[in-house]
Amino acid sequence: MSDGQLPAFSEDGLRQVLQEMESLFEQNQADVNEAKVGGRADLIPSIKLRHCCLLRNQRCILAYLYDRLLRIRALRWEYGSVLPATVRFHMSAEELTWFSQYKKSLASFMRSVGGAEGLDITQDMKPPKSLYIQVRCLKDHGEFEIDDGTVVLLKKNSQVREQEERTASGEKTGSGHPDVRPFCPQHFLPRWKCEQLIRQGVLEHVLS
Amino acid sequence: MSDAASDDGSDINQDDTQEELMTPAELIGKLEEAWLNEKFSPELLENKSEVVECVMEQLTHMEDNLQRVKKGDAKAGIHRMEIDRIRFMLSSYLRSRLQKIEKFFPHVLERQNSRKAGEPSLLSPEEFSFAKEYYANTESYLRVVALRRMPSNLQSVDMLKAVPEPCLDSFVFLRVKERQENILVEPETDDQREYVVDLEEGSQHLMRYRTIAPLVSSGAVQLI
Repeated sequence: MSDGQLPAFSEDGLRQVLQEMESLFEQNQADVNEAKVGGRADLIPSIKLRHCCLLRNQRCILAYLYDRLLRIRALRWEYGSVLPATVRFHMSAEELTWFSQYKKSLASFMRSVGGAEGLDITQDMKPPKSLYIQVRCLKDHGEFEIDDGTVVLLKKNSQVREQEERTASGEKTGSGHPDVRPFCPQHFLPRWKCEQLIRQGVLEHVLS
Repeated sequence: MSDAASDDGSDINQDDTQEELMTPAELIGKLEEAWLNEKFSPELLENKSEVVECVMEQLTHMEDNLQRVKKGDAKAGIHRMEIDRIRFMLSSYLRSRLQKIEKFFPHVLERQNSRKAGEPSLLSPEEFSFAKEYYANTESYLRVVALRRMPSNLQSVDMLKAVPEPCLDSFVFLRVKERQENILVEPETDDQREYVVDLEEGSQHLMRYRTIAPLVSSGAVQLI
């Protein structure tokens, strides 16, 4: 579990550790009685040992659960508020509840920034380097409207190519140049609009 | 910037007798300082919600202006870039804070709750809600999934002990804005002795955060 991916929730593993804790505790209960009533002070070291094991098991369980929560939290920032089905499949019901609550808290917070409509701080993850970026469309996404009203059809293998933005004097304002390969669909779109689509894998940033 | 001067948030502080007028450039300068300090500090710093509010107002103002600019005008591109840059700084600032709130959540709440009256608040009201919700959500999850299925003497966990605290002894780079004399530097190891340094204005240093923490909040040094 070292690569940031979320494997399936180990219900079995958790259950085994909890069962071990229960059995250690019961043994300790019995020994504590023996020690108190039967005067068996020689049992005390094993009682202490079992108690240490119990504490360690508690720590391990909590570490496992909390580590998963941190990965799930990272998913909200990576993928947005709708998780891919493959990821959801690996989450337990309680984890889904936690995620849903976390989403809500985050949304509340973002909405409250500044007082008007708030600020989506899951956008603008990188410092802006250029106004427009060149993107290639990897999946069908339908129509996409940009600020000046033009609608771009994002379609895999579409033959439509977008004009570069030009200023009144005819100079190019953006970076890069149109790709010369005729069969790859390219679009030259405002960067801030594309961020989320790039993260979701719908568009690919072309670095030329 | 081409916009006229705007008020800062001094109408929020009712006890100010004078209104401080900050130019937009000064406001963005303050945002940049707050952003860098928060980014490089190991612990959560005091909230600067007046700055955040004013910057948001400024951004709205700039967006409105941009709508009125003729399409295809060269100025529009430059203004757009400026808006994007400011929005990035603001988002990054708020993200830094949120990440620290989440990472150190029991300690952040403890610090906030133990603030005395009159001391500036660590968290904005919205951050405070977020922190409390995060704590409740996480604690509830751990209790339901694991803790309540454990033996009776292990069903609770002290969050303050379980979650690590920020490391205030981490080293930070700083630039001195106001000259400081006789700053006491604690020894790191047993065979070192404590000593004092003077920090000259404009000089840059690499020091343990703990030594200069109060200077960051007073604005005497800037983390870089």
